[in-house]
Amino acid sequence: MGEVKVLQTGESGFATTRFDALLAWARKYSLFQYPFATACCGMEFFSVASSRYDIARFGAEAPRFSPRQADLLWVVGTISQKQAPVLKRIYEQMADPKWVIAFGTCASCGGFYDNYTTVPGVDKLVPVDIYIPGCPPRPEAVFDGLMLLQEKISNGNREPQVVPPRELPGLSQIRKKEGAAT
Amino acid sequence: MSKRVIERLKAQFGERILETHDYRGDDTAVIAPGDWLEVATFLKHDGECAMNQFVDLTAVDFPEREPELPRFDVVLHLRSLSSGYQRVRLKARLAENQGIASLIKVWAGADWAERECFDMFGIKFEGHPDLRRVLLYEEFVGHPLRKDYPIDRTQPLIPYRQVDGLTKLPPFGQDEGQPFGRIQWQQRLDGRDNQVSPAIAVQLGQKRALSDSSAHEGEGAKE
Repeated sequence: MGEVKVLQTGESGFATTRFDALLAWARKYSLFQYPFATACCGMEFFSVASSRYDIARFGAEAPRFSPRQADLLWVVGTISQKQAPVLKRIYEQMADPKWVIAFGTCASCGGFYDNYTTVPGVDKLVPVDIYIPGCPPRPEAVFDGLMLLQEKISNGNREPQVVPPRELPGLSQIRKKEGAAT
Repeated sequence: MSKRVIERLKAQFGERILETHDYRGDDTAVIAPGDWLEVATFLKHDGECAMNQFVDLTAVDFPEREPELPRFDVVLHLRSLSSGYQRVRLKARLAENQGIASLIKVWAGADWAERECFDMFGIKFEGHPDLRRVLLYEEFVGHPLRKDYPIDRTQPLIPYRQVDGLTKLPPFGQDEGQPFGRIQWQQRLDGRDNQVSPAIAVQLGQKRALSDSSAHEGEGAKE
């Protein structure tokens, strides 16, 4: 919340903040999600949502299969041209404030489907807040994306952002070793 | 395996079997489009052939073989579940705008296969009760698996958003498939396209494979 001031007066205290900051804080930890899962990335979304990775820890517990009850649209997978009007309609049915996450490479830029079938990125149809790269992204990348979105909600920023790749230190060591050995 | 099916066909139809060949036990008979329904019906109901399973029906486009041969091959795959599990492939050569009989009365399973074939290649199946597009949308113009369909032509159902910076986001990184934006196919064919996916760039010699150790030592060095 940033600007919380705790004032101590006698036995009990109280805190002051701005109203929109308080509202943003409430919103970012109560994201009702609409999973628009169309392709193989859907499996990765199930993994994120189920117990091993457990998206509920991030305050995004409740999936809502009605767009009218949701405020976070996950576009999970390839969107074909035939499906584009459906996605657009789903987005339009959601009540404000609403956010969109493009999950995986296909939703972000069309992936390798550079042909007549596929929309080259859902940002051609609806505004996207967070792009999560990966084919499919690992659950860790999805959490990075979700936390990036929460950060955006709390500071009111609507600029699209891409989840940066995580280079694991161990992995880069292995690559260097392989390069030296061969 | 299905040699005897081919022999049976030859005995029955003689000269009307235009051509036969086999490749590793897959036997093919080429017939004229006019004989399509008759030969198919025979294959199903003849006791020795008993081709009671419709496996697949598709087409192949060969625009380069015109005008010596017609443009399309319609390919039918059949299998017998009662007579030794033999398989056979039937082909008919078809010119553009030439129709061919629907097999839906012989095998009900031909329904969607013929609709898909119509959708992708524009082949008219005469006698099909409901020949509509099955995969693409009604508004689509043309048939995308024909070789003369432009490779970069898309037909969006709803107009794309016109917002600045839509294609300006940074690429996702070296292990991702495609860069943002459309591929410049002509540049790629000419070998001038540096924005290709890593695997294709390696194939084209524009980029060294990650497994190639010399790629890491001399970054600037290029053959």
